[in-house]
Amino acid sequence: MTAAVKTHQLSKRYRRGRWALLDCTLTLPAGKVVGLVGVNGAGKTTLLHLAVGLLRPTAGTISVFGEPPAARATQLARIGLVAQDAPLYPTLTVADHLRLGRSLNPGWDHGTAAARIDRLGLDADQPAGRLSGGQRAQIALTLAVAKRPDVLVLDEPVASLDPLARREFLQGLMEAVAARKLTVVLSSHLLSDIERVCDHLVVLADGRVRVAGDVEDLLATHKVLCGPRRDPRRLPADQHVVQASHTDRQTTLLVRTDRPILDPAWTVTEINLEDLVLAYMAAPSTPAERPAVARNGVQVGR
Amino acid sequence: MIEFRIDSRSGVAPYHQLVHQVKQALRLGILREGDQLPTVKEVVAQVAINPNTVLKAYRQLEHEGLAAGRPGKGTFVTRSLAGASLAAHQALRQDLVRWLTAARDAGLDDDSIDALFQTTLRAGTGEGVA
Repeated sequence: MTAAVKTHQLSKRYRRGRWALLDCTLTLPAGKVVGLVGVNGAGKTTLLHLAVGLLRPTAGTISVFGEPPAARATQLARIGLVAQDAPLYPTLTVADHLRLGRSLNPGWDHGTAAARIDRLGLDADQPAGRLSGGQRAQIALTLAVAKRPDVLVLDEPVASLDPLARREFLQGLMEAVAARKLTVVLSSHLLSDIERVCDHLVVLADGRVRVAGDVEDLLATHKVLCGPRRDPRRLPADQHVVQASHTDRQTTLLVRTDRPILDPAWTVTEINLEDLVLAYMAAPSTPAERPAVARNGVQVGR
Repeated sequence: MIEFRIDSRSGVAPYHQLVHQVKQALRLGILREGDQLPTVKEVVAQVAINPNTVLKAYRQLEHEGLAAGRPGKGTFVTRSLAGASLAAHQALRQDLVRWLTAARDAGLDDDSIDALFQTTLRAGTGEGVA
């Protein structure tokens, strides 16, 4: 597996502030569509801005295909960004944006960009300021794809779009992924979108990585166990408790394990992506707060 | 050619949904041997899912001997699932209608009928294996 983005104990602290990102060690595989989820303030935008070289780490390292993101111009050419709310120049026309893209990017694919604008039914002489949110997002995507990057980073690209524009945007993005080898890293709050388009997932909370992995593996290795009340500390060593809740008679656990659950006392059910993400988002942040879990060696904060 | 749809609320993995829809189309005779399946690009442009999901679904169909990829051309149906059994559908359907009438007469609602059918189907499969 080639790594598109690799971080090692990556940390970022803004001036006199708290740690926006702390000890984040991640490997994002090439050719995947990576979904980055977490509540507001979890560190998503910070991580994405570090990946495109807009920010420098306070500590730790980040590399994109083996090199720091802003190492040199050729490296920057390999990374595309669709920033939050798809910023464009409001007074420049659609055609101006394409011309700008062509003169600023060495690997610019003008044919594809122009064809895409045409297919979207956009008037090339229209100033960007007069376009709808969905149209602006489509232009930002067109510009980022036409740059022919190896890694495309999108910061909540569909957050402000209506459902139809959102679907059209994701269709365009997936077409770009199908057309050429492209690694995508996108943040979103919309778990149904993440489930549709992403095959790799990173959950951030409080600036730390809670869980990361291929969606399929994550779903296959997490199980919900429901049964008579018991102490989660007395589970087999290979079952790591992610979340536990109890009533006076019943215990419900979300466990991560590679092995089948053999104990007949448990009713075992599969978990969907949304519940999995919510469980990791809700899990307490420091190991000290979660002795039962720490003893079972669950991976948090890595 | 068929059109796929993805139900995000079903809880069924998108790739399973694609495989299921192809098989369903094969069973009902909507897809026949030699028909081309939509290209990966066409599918993702239509339903906005990850291209790898489509590839995985097509690989699964190839693995089950239902489809085959032809380099540079696309993926084609190699076997139908309707076949000889299609002729038996009519008689089986009549039996089923009679059975459903009996079940409703006995006071079962649709959910109870479905639950009974599913558990019996599973039990039957279990016996077949054992």
